[in-house]
Amino acid sequence: MKRFAAIFCVAVLLAAMLTGIVSAKGADSGLLLAGGNGKIDRFLRIFVDEGGYLQVLRGLKNTMLIAVFGLAIGIVLGTLVAAVRVMPKYKRLPRLLNRICSVYVGFFRGTPIVVQLLLGYYVLLPALGLNYPALYVCIAVFGLNSGAYVSEIMRGGIASVDIGQMEAGRALGLSYSAAMLHIVIPQAVKNILPTLGNEFISLIKETSVVSFVGTLDIYVAFNAIGTNSYEFMVPYLAMALIYIVLVAAVTALVRLMERRLARSDRNISSH
Amino acid sequence: MIEISHLTKKFGDLTVLDDVSLKIEEGERVAVIGGSGSGKSTLLRCMTCMEDPTSGAIYFEGENLADWQVDINLARRKIGMVFQQFNLFSHKTVLQNITLAPVRLQLADLKAAKRKNFRNKLINPLRKNKKPMLPTGRTKKEIVAQAEETAFDLLRKIGLEDKADAYPSTLSGGQKQRIAIVRALAMHPKLMLFDEPTSALDPEMVGEVLELIRRLADSGMTMVIVTHEMRFAREVATRVLFVDKGKIAEDAPPEELFNHPQDPRLQEFLKKVL
Ligand SMILES: Nc1ncnc2c1ncn2[C@@H]1O[C@H](COP(=O)(O)OP(=O)(O)O)[C@@H](O)[C@H]1O
Ligand SMILES: [Mg+2]
Repeated sequence: MKRFAAIFCVAVLLAAMLTGIVSAKGADSGLLLAGGNGKIDRFLRIFVDEGGYLQVLRGLKNTMLIAVFGLAIGIVLGTLVAAVRVMPKYKRLPRLLNRICSVYVGFFRGTPIVVQLLLGYYVLLPALGLNYPALYVCIAVFGLNSGAYVSEIMRGGIASVDIGQMEAGRALGLSYSAAMLHIVIPQAVKNILPTLGNEFISLIKETSVVSFVGTLDIYVAFNAIGTNSYEFMVPYLAMALIYIVLVAAVTALVRLMERRLARSDRNISSH
Repeated sequence: MIEISHLTKKFGDLTVLDDVSLKIEEGERVAVIGGSGSGKSTLLRCMTCMEDPTSGAIYFEGENLADWQVDINLARRKIGMVFQQFNLFSHKTVLQNITLAPVRLQLADLKAAKRKNFRNKLINPLRKNKKPMLPTGRTKKEIVAQAEETAFDLLRKIGLEDKADAYPSTLSGGQKQRIAIVRALAMHPKLMLFDEPTSALDPEMVGEVLELIRRLADSGMTMVIVTHEMRFAREVATRVLFVDKGKIAEDAPPEELFNHPQDPRLQEFLKKVL
């Protein structure tokens, strides 16, 4: 069902694009694929002839770098934070760590990511006297932001794993952290994989704010094409299409991973 | 083997175990019986501090497991535990279920030994009494291979070697519980604790699990088994405990306890279950 929905969405967007293209063409010359001043031609001139596609590719690379590394950092950080938050809290250290983690999660969930980017790049970095490329700052901020969200997702995932799994691990002599790492978290990840996929998708889409700190992404690249050609419809539609393709690809990937991980649930005997 | 001394366990205001003392010798097979909610599971779980005692001590190999300073994980390696709900790792195959703990623990030991050796190498030149280097000869491959060999030996003994690559969700309850027992045995425990190992099973699968426990008993394993299978307790146990309201109300060999129960609550209990 979901696959049909995805295909349907892509189809609608393509139709919208085509309509736009045809009407643009029509308005100019009345002939499809003819005429020198059509919106498509203006777009193509900048996009192909003047090397606009190189910018787009560079932007796409940055978008993916930020989303992929952001999610990777987010998963590691989020898992650690979640593990701290579900830790038994008899001793002082876990309680202190827990306090720190809840402040961290509260801040990153409580403020928009644009604010975090601006604070990181224009306030924190100069205050520390550091000078990193904006791209690195973006990756760091998206990682930290994603970590806060993933920690909540992961906490739910850990809670969904039967307590008996942890107990069986501990009863065999594994430490709390080893049982967490090898027994509970793999099962938690399996349970939350669709939600993690969604997190990745929203991360990809949220990267469109990185231009606030001057990072080149898909939006900046297409916006430049639009500015150069005095025509924004085709570039923005193309941008939307790229986002849709990215999201569809991620969705398919998550689906594939889910299916592979579901092996242990299937009721077939192994031969 | 294991000695419990003045053990009290409270959950909030509820006193579940009330000043219990108990000594179990090597080779004993202790059956624990009693009504539901009387504290049998809690007693068993306190033996390896799966529940932290509120007060009292648990001595195993000369160490008090209730002491925070003692590494409980080392003791747990030598005390196997089998749960009513099997608790097989559902994301791992049967083989991985059995080898996970031995492999992980030996790898962790290896890493710790290497770390210690490194430190000793640095500090030994300054020492008068040089500390010996720990053996670190085994590779990960050897550790895994040996754990798998042990696992296959055990699986062959219970006739389930063809299930080595199956996931727990594909097994019957009886098979799951036998794998769970074998998983505990792969750690070469000195003491086995069973908490109602057959209570979650369909009746036709109880036999195969009891049969395995009986074989284990015949091999001389020291064990404590919480059970409602009175006939099994009578046949296999060397000693039966009747737990009532957080106390051990009666403690006797099976013949004596079942034929001449002293405690009135035990007489009542036996009338109900026999
Ligand atoms: N984790 C817990 N928190 C609160 N109460 C508990 C907990 N575990 C057990 N209890 C209570 O302790 C009592 C004894 O439980 P248990 O040892 O499981 O009894 P049994 O195994 O003999 O049926 C019960 O009243 C039970 O409700
Ligand atoms: Mg119980």
